Amino acid sequence: MPYTKRIDGRKFDETRKIEAKVGIIPRADGSAMFKIGNTWAYAAVYGPRNLHPKFLQDPQRGILRCNYNMMPFSSSGERVRPGGSRRSKEISLVTGKALLPVLDLEEYPNSVVDVFIELPQTEAGSRCAGICAASMALADAGLEMKDLVSAVSAGKVDDKLVIDLDYAEESYKDGSVADIPIAIMPNSGKITLLQMDGEIKKDELMRLIDMAKKALNDIYEIQKKALKEKYHEVEM
Amino acid sequence: MHQELREHIIKLLNTGIRLDGRKLTEYRKPIEVEQGVVKTAEGSARVKIGETDVMVGVKLEELGPPGIQAIELARVVDRGIRESKALDFRKLCITPKEKIWMVIIDICPINDAGNLFDASSLAALAALKNAAYPKFDGEKVDYKEKTSKKLDLEKTPIAVTVIKIGDKFIVDPDIEEEKAVDARLTVSSIEDGTLCAMQKGGDYPLTTEDIDKMLDIGIEKAKELRKHL
Repeated sequence: MPYTKRIDGRKFDETRKIEAKVGIIPRADGSAMFKIGNTWAYAAVYGPRNLHPKFLQDPQRGILRCNYNMMPFSSSGERVRPGGSRRSKEISLVTGKALLPVLDLEEYPNSVVDVFIELPQTEAGSRCAGICAASMALADAGLEMKDLVSAVSAGKVDDKLVIDLDYAEESYKDGSVADIPIAIMPNSGKITLLQMDGEIKKDELMRLIDMAKKALNDIYEIQKKALKEKYHEVEM
Repeated sequence: MHQELREHIIKLLNTGIRLDGRKLTEYRKPIEVEQGVVKTAEGSARVKIGETDVMVGVKLEELGPPGIQAIELARVVDRGIRESKALDFRKLCITPKEKIWMVIIDICPINDAGNLFDASSLAALAALKNAAYPKFDGEKVDYKEKTSKKLDLEKTPIAVTVIKIGDKFIVDPDIEEEKAVDARLTVSSIEDGTLCAMQKGGDYPLTTEDIDKMLDIGIEKAKELRKHL
């Protein structure tokens, strides 16, 4: 049966419902929450702060450390065993690479900026939600940034190109599925995260990236709005 | 290390006030208990005491004869809950000597602004009260479908951590006060005031009189906290 209508009734280029909030963890230097559908991410930023042990320090620039963690009760199936898995380590790594291009860490030699991404509840698209939350949290921490980072998953379910796959689509059985998380710097349009599993033709991928960019501009507006809600403009 | 801070706190406590203007045995406000916050958990709760923010999830797993890992995990489950017999473990048996339910409570602090002990214990209990069994057909657990069968909680053990600084006793310490702690006693008690678990912490010893007073505070304050469930 061809995939003519999305399982949850969304348009093919429509994301799930998004909520974003900045500054939800008072003890962190910067924090944010990003919720997309049933996927819910928190990000807390600590630093720039002194890096120990000292041999890890870089006198030229500060370093960025990211940690992606699913809370043990966050999966819709069995409990996730606490402690890092190969999956969470890899996601931590690519998240760091997705965020690094917007930061100017040469300002902070010998220092570290720690980003902790915690997911209380997940249902597909968790690394993208984590990246969206993390980039808002970095801005909330007052770090100098060239841009924000916005991320969403794009993909192909059967013969349809779609944005923001949910769990039912990721595990669609009646046809092939491609799942492609994408992160961009919205102002320059440059891509900072691109992963994929599944099957897709090159021209379809190119069309999909264009589709994702449109959705990401909307996500960028939501991120900016959340930041502005915390930081009001002051009339002089 | 925090000698100056400690002296300042003690000076204030002697006047009956704390750094943030609270009375000695007054919890921060608001105390918020929100249940069922995480859809993927069988039970969940989020507790805020002042700025302290804790999220707790309960997962139910079906398990064959308990192995060493399950035994180890069971021991880690909060003593207050276990020792109060709030959960009747016999009811977690699916088929005698073969299958049981394992209840796992995971505590994830969101913001530590002091007194994680009490916030976590309250959140754990709220999450347990909120928990419902997933569907189990005798072979596999279907986590997508929750049944209407709730986990029975027969008692509500509440932990209250009483802190000694100088010769004063306070509850619900904030971050600054936690740095100045001499001794701490976490007291878990049930409805009728029966104690079910204790843990002493801090570097300094306590006298019998200290413990007498701290237990009174602990039992009294537990009644207050229980109202939030």
